[in-house]
Amino acid sequence: MATAESSRLESLRNRGAALGGGGGTPIVIVILVGVAIFLLVGSLRSVTFAQLTVQGLALGAVYGSLALALVLVYRATRVVNFAQGELAMLTTYIAYQLIKWGLSYWEAFFATLAIALVLGIVLELALIRPVLHRSVIAAVIVTVGLFVLIDGVVNWIWGGDFKFMPSPFGTKIYHVGGVSIARLYVGMFVVVIISVLLVWALFRFTKLGLGMRAAALRPAEAAFVGVRVEWMLAIGWGLAALLGAVAGLMAEPSQFTLEPTLMQPILVYAFAAAVLGGLDSPAGAVIGGLLIGVSLNLVVQYGHIGPLKITSELQTPAAFAVIVAVLLFKPSGLFGHQEVRRV
Amino acid sequence: MRSRIPALVSIAVVAAVISSLPFVLSDYNVSLVTQVGIFFIAVLGLDILTGYTGQISIGHGAFMCIGGYTTAVMSRDHNTNLIVTMLMAFAICFVVGLLVGLPALRLSGAYLALVTFALAVSVPLLPLKWSSFLGGRNGVQTSQTVSNLWVYVVAWTASAILFVLAWLILRGRVGRAFRAVRDSEIAAVASGIELPVYKTLAFGISAAYAGVAGSLFVLANNGFAAPDEFAIFLSLQILIGAAVAGLGSLWGVLVGAAFVGLLPSVSSGVPVIGSAHGQDVVFGAAVILVMLVLPDGVAGLIARLRGMTRA
Repeated sequence: MATAESSRLESLRNRGAALGGGGGTPIVIVILVGVAIFLLVGSLRSVTFAQLTVQGLALGAVYGSLALALVLVYRATRVVNFAQGELAMLTTYIAYQLIKWGLSYWEAFFATLAIALVLGIVLELALIRPVLHRSVIAAVIVTVGLFVLIDGVVNWIWGGDFKFMPSPFGTKIYHVGGVSIARLYVGMFVVVIISVLLVWALFRFTKLGLGMRAAALRPAEAAFVGVRVEWMLAIGWGLAALLGAVAGLMAEPSQFTLEPTLMQPILVYAFAAAVLGGLDSPAGAVIGGLLIGVSLNLVVQYGHIGPLKITSELQTPAAFAVIVAVLLFKPSGLFGHQEVRRV
Repeated sequence: MRSRIPALVSIAVVAAVISSLPFVLSDYNVSLVTQVGIFFIAVLGLDILTGYTGQISIGHGAFMCIGGYTTAVMSRDHNTNLIVTMLMAFAICFVVGLLVGLPALRLSGAYLALVTFALAVSVPLLPLKWSSFLGGRNGVQTSQTVSNLWVYVVAWTASAILFVLAWLILRGRVGRAFRAVRDSEIAAVASGIELPVYKTLAFGISAAYAGVAGSLFVLANNGFAAPDEFAIFLSLQILIGAAVAGLGSLWGVLVGAAFVGLLPSVSSGVPVIGSAHGQDVVFGAAVILVMLVLPDGVAGLIARLRGMTRA
């Protein structure tokens, strides 16, 4: 009995890998290598370019982790969680409060991640589960309601004015061959990438992760081999909230202040990242985030279309343009799977 | 064949109540009911798109923004008659809606929600970029301002006209095509309905409605258009109004519009909740509750009650 079950799980594991793994075609990889070479050459030729690239990678990591949160939710429940950014903002406020109560930054950081995990699970069970079977529109409206609710709660408890948190990485600046790199950006990048890798490892190497992938991709078959599908989906939401919390906590030092609108532009960048990478591809979300982060940073410095100079006000519209362009020309994104539709 | 008389009677009652309100209410309350009228138009527009054609939009605040700026700029630069600027807002937003509808052809569900959300966040940023023309953060002021009563009368007259227009569109051939697209795209195509035509048309009409609402929104705000008025929250309000209304019901729209138009000021009178942002808490909680308890909104409730009285 036990062996039969494990062999079934084994075959599911293989299929899960096939379904959830690659997707990136050789052309995509060539493009990405090209981009990397372009960034490297540019950085060697210009100090400004190098600094913008480093900063862009750090911001891009933040966008990537929020994008990954969106992708996890999308894969688990086929819902785009519009409240993901606000949820991240809320958990950042919780960290702020914990620090105010006397916890050190990193104690508060890990406590917040735990709270976010529970919060995500509870929200899925209480609010999303009941409408999930109904329609995409219903689920989207619930997340929109959640957006407004969280916004109201945060404004209610903490007020709309700027809050300040201690910087987790200090103000040290490294000098690498003429290029000054703030320790902040290195720290942001490292923390986000470690979190993303841990989540990836959880999905790839643990039984829980296997169950979650199975529940997301083949719910009926997963239930058949004893995976508790509903729990897996709820935990998926929890992990997404956790990644969102990482994004929020790392976005805060890059903005230097905490305010209720902290994550609203970042949510749009994360959407762009997720769409660029492919809405069902976790790796794509992270790579998409890095691409969006770097390109938005560079385009403000160098970009102009004819006489039109692209300034920081146009960053969000540029992200919108990316979303529309990707969906028009390659709806599955760089790494996503082509959705098969009848008609 | 169902009798039209009850519907006509209820329309007459609603019209009578609305036209008598200015004589009873204070100036402040009149402006509140004006807000309901403005949201009525916007929610009605969204309902045509989402409720009847099955395409979601979280971006109708963007069309309101375009409509509002159309009125403000035309009035500022050319002193155009305000009613004429509303017609222009209708036309411009219709065209913009068609353009947005084009990429929407290839999208559905979650993807469409994404695109329209990003649109709603992006459009109010454009005045900051072209600040010499669109006023930047300081906004644009119309050359003439109008009284609360003027906006009230115009808003509800426009509501009535657009309601009849929506009814005419939806009852006929076009409306049947819309509903067919909503219920099953495959079946619709098989029945000879051209998806691209009807999907973009629904987007255009819907956006045009939002444009008129935006134009009135600016006029109700003393003729002042600024980016902050059209923040993402506005788009969410419209969607919430449509959800409360129950998608696909013209009658529910009135309740949905009253919900979003009145809740902020009603709840601000309540102790504790009224403080600071308590109203947003009520707003968010209410819409989630409605979605959980009344899946088909007020319209569904009405239908259920009707079923009960008949049974």
